[in-house]
Amino acid sequence: MKPERKEVRIVKQELLAADIYSMVLDAPEIAREAKAGQFVSLYCRDGSRLLPRPISICEKNDGEGTLRLVYRTVGDGTKEFSSYAAGETVALMGPLGNGFEKRKERAVLVGGGIGIPPMLQLAKELTCEKTIVLGYRDEVFLADEFEPYGEVILASEDGTHGVKGNVLDAIRHYGVEGAVIYACGPLPMLRGIKEYATAKHLICQLSLEERMACGIGACLACVCRSNAVDPHTNVKKKRICKEGPVFYAEEVDLS
Amino acid sequence: MNLSVDLAGVTLDNPVMTASGTFGSGEEYSRFVDLNRLGAVVTKGVANVPWQGNDTPRVAETYGGMLNAVGLQNPGIDVFIRRDLPFLQQFACKTIVNVCGRTKEDYVDVVERLADQPVDLLEINVSCPNVREGGIAFGQKADALYEITAAVKRAARQPIIMKLSPNVTDIAEMARAAEAAGADAVSLINTVTGMKIDVKSRTFVLANRTGGLSGPAVKPIAVRMVYQVANAVKIPVIGMGGIVTAEDALEFILAGATAVSVGTANFFRPSATMEILDGITEYMERCHIDDIHELIGAVKESGR
Repeated sequence: MKPERKEVRIVKQELLAADIYSMVLDAPEIAREAKAGQFVSLYCRDGSRLLPRPISICEKNDGEGTLRLVYRTVGDGTKEFSSYAAGETVALMGPLGNGFEKRKERAVLVGGGIGIPPMLQLAKELTCEKTIVLGYRDEVFLADEFEPYGEVILASEDGTHGVKGNVLDAIRHYGVEGAVIYACGPLPMLRGIKEYATAKHLICQLSLEERMACGIGACLACVCRSNAVDPHTNVKKKRICKEGPVFYAEEVDLS
Repeated sequence: MNLSVDLAGVTLDNPVMTASGTFGSGEEYSRFVDLNRLGAVVTKGVANVPWQGNDTPRVAETYGGMLNAVGLQNPGIDVFIRRDLPFLQQFACKTIVNVCGRTKEDYVDVVERLADQPVDLLEINVSCPNVREGGIAFGQKADALYEITAAVKRAARQPIIMKLSPNVTDIAEMARAAEAAGADAVSLINTVTGMKIDVKSRTFVLANRTGGLSGPAVKPIAVRMVYQVANAVKIPVIGMGGIVTAEDALEFILAGATAVSVGTANFFRPSATMEILDGITEYMERCHIDDIHELIGAVKESGR
């Protein structure tokens, strides 16, 4: 299927926590196609806001033909999305990018903040044994929805939920074991996870984020540094929207 | 109805083209756009060697526009010739290669490498605001522009389009310098240098601090500059700057542009070029205009 910009109907929109919204969309074609770790580009209606907002796919439901996005309102664009009610439509394109490569080995899923939502679809798709580590600043969201898929461990910066500290503190505190780490979250967290995985010789996949413009690989806005020359760009840069957003840790230079 | 236009001896089926840097070499957009229906694809800038570009963040949205400081990242001419040109050759659209460099020799090197390639026109980027050396340095002084234009013209097998910077006091003077040095056409505007500051963190939003502003926010500036340049030179003018709709494109044509380029709009309406082409056709039908040339530079006083 070729992704196109299209209008889809909003089935449900709800506030999960402060500034965190969940939006369910009636988008059977995208739902059928989507894989854990991919994203969609959402377009604002307000003509002063031009660029699509990349939002990760939290969940899909093939049977109902729905797609669920869980996002944080960080600026005027995402605030606009949060004002949409069920029954209205939103313009989007997707699924975009490459998702996580699902492996058979025992897995550790790590999500930090607004990096948590894409881990839910991954938790559903991975059939192996797994531990799910979720890191929050303070308020918890989505954590209960992970319960059916594996052991869930929480960390929060203020210590009100689970281990006081970050996801790595929680991993060390509980002695979490696994052969593959899948992670999405803020850059400092990803750096820490990469370092941890390297030291322990674990396979590690990281989902990166960057400001995007086209979302389809043409404009070269959202590149990350890579350790080897990328076959497409012919320099040590990879397009996050096209070759990513998920990379093996050893492919990318996060320093 | 005639939509075809002539650019320095090269006939475009219609005046709708893509703006360099927003469309790659067409591959990514070929799923949204029938490249056969475009007047021309203008490729992302290519240099004689691969360029790393700037650090990220490279883009920021502003009111009705965006800033970019990609910094002309490109795979270099070897990969471009091996991979991108054969791709574009499959389509009926004309191929215009945007050429960038740090020194005069860099530009000449690329132009010479393209001499025997299936390329219809060259667009010389002397106006990118996001690279420290070369680029803009040639595009902000008339004598420097004259010199680089003359050097490139001597080396080029294909007609050359000089892409002008709006970050100058007198755009008409720049256009005249390019024309005097042998340019076959000029294109404008490149982006307008801008800046965005995040007041929460009190930091520059772009890693490069400054970036080039594009999108609807710059359109009135671009239309004015195209009008001034079209009245200052005899060579064809290619107009761009914030074109999203057919009406936008028609403004540039009425101001004197022989062809128009669509840039930032590709990012939020991937099939914008097709909608604009259809819209121009509908406008001409509605106004009983048989030939696009009746519209080029046809702006008049309102007579009130």
